[in-house]
Amino acid sequence: MLRPWQARLLVVESMWTWYRRNWRATAVSTVLNPVFFLVALGFGLGSQIQPGAITHGYSYAVYLMPAMLASAAVQNAAGESTFPILSGFKWSRVYWGMTATPITPAQVATGQLLWILCRLTFSATVFAIIGTVLGAAAGPGIVLSLVFAVLTGMAFSAPLVAFAATVEGEGHAFNPVFRFLVLPMTLLAGTFFPITELPALVRPLAWITPLWHGTELTRAAAFWDMRLWPVLGHLAYLLALVAVGGFLAIRHYRRRLGV
Amino acid sequence: MSVGLVWRIIPPGLYARRARTVVERSFLVNRRAWMTIFSGFFESLFYLFAMGVGFGRLIGEVVGPGGQTMSYAAYVAPALLAASAMNGAVYDATFNLFFKLKYAKVYDGMLATPLGPFDVAIGEISWALIRGGVYATGFLTVISVLGLVSSPWTILALPVVLLVALAFAAVGMACTTFMRSWQDFDLVQLALLPMFLFSATFYPLSVYPAGLQWIMQLSPLYHAVELMRGLTAGIMEWAMLGHLSYFVVMAIVGLIVAARRLGKLLLS
Repeated sequence: MLRPWQARLLVVESMWTWYRRNWRATAVSTVLNPVFFLVALGFGLGSQIQPGAITHGYSYAVYLMPAMLASAAVQNAAGESTFPILSGFKWSRVYWGMTATPITPAQVATGQLLWILCRLTFSATVFAIIGTVLGAAAGPGIVLSLVFAVLTGMAFSAPLVAFAATVEGEGHAFNPVFRFLVLPMTLLAGTFFPITELPALVRPLAWITPLWHGTELTRAAAFWDMRLWPVLGHLAYLLALVAVGGFLAIRHYRRRLGV
Repeated sequence: MSVGLVWRIIPPGLYARRARTVVERSFLVNRRAWMTIFSGFFESLFYLFAMGVGFGRLIGEVVGPGGQTMSYAAYVAPALLAASAMNGAVYDATFNLFFKLKYAKVYDGMLATPLGPFDVAIGEISWALIRGGVYATGFLTVISVLGLVSSPWTILALPVVLLVALAFAAVGMACTTFMRSWQDFDLVQLALLPMFLFSATFYPLSVYPAGLQWIMQLSPLYHAVELMRGLTAGIMEWAMLGHLSYFVVMAIVGLIVAARRLGKLLLS
């Protein structure tokens, strides 16, 4: 008899088996991208920015590093939660193979989310190590930043997986997601400069993004400047996104894979 | 150039002077994908907004071409135009082309008609340039309205940015013909992103140590950024002819390699 956790781990194992053979193709986009951004904007452009109140007194690269962790997790989540999901339903049809076994659609959904969690943890860890070696870590708080960054990634991933499970066509539906959600969020939700620099009208848009909450958390952890209520608030928002997204994902997988 | 010379360089078997129909097909196909096309315009606007509003406050004024000080937004806007021309042209010439070449077999279909590989190459590049031209016009209009340009020479940025796009598209196309699978596209990323970030796009070359500056000057995007920045600031220098010739050579070499390889891949 297949126990529920065993079933989910089998789903993860199937993804891992594929990834083991194809990881090279993702090394650049998942790990090198944030490193390039950290070096170019953190160190390069950062050399033009004086440490001050905005950067918590640190150099700009140190200020950027924890937020970059969260931002990279969100970008990786975007990649992992769109075309691979559509492919599972449509091109590789691997989900159909799974549900032809005792694995249920709901377990496929949660297994897929678990796999994304593994991917995000792995690439964030590698990036955190490289950033620390380059001297952009403020202190041991970066480890907690890493945990918060992965949570941020999942808070974006779960609702997106739920959406991707409803996409039928060739994936053109993902283009607006990348252009109008991922990119503006990456640039404007507090990663590179505090959202207080944004016009007051635009600021509420940043508040609803998971990345802004994630950035507040990763920075608080990295600079060891955590206050109870804001941290609890940000955590609650991100966890709620994971829960709602996960719930919807399970529902959409059931609907599409159910017989 | 007389018609005779063209026909000696491009033999009639490869070029039937019907590239127009390939462009027409792109129009028809993209009628339904207007969202993708339209949204491309916003990408550089988001960058401009983030750079101008956020970094602008953190950095203040910078030293632009000719030693004059300018706002950071005015400094970065022309560079973003050059970068978006590069990104647009390369993505179109790699991802789209590869898909049509290997999976949709669009070109096999085209070559079964009186079209030759040169018609296909010219048609596809023309379509990419039309798109790029529309984006560039929009972007130039926006930055002019925002007061980020200080010279009427800016009008020349449009033809120059099209030359830049042509050069990148041609080289991208040539590279695509050597690609084996999707995995190879990570190499495209590996070339584009560092170029985007390190080619004096966001900060002056003087940030780097001398040896590194020299390497950065090899990057084609660096030359495009210099051209755009000079034109929007109205600083015309002889060095611009050097930057321009870089792209002329790049375009010619890219086109020749791309057309030869396409002919070989599709006709043999």
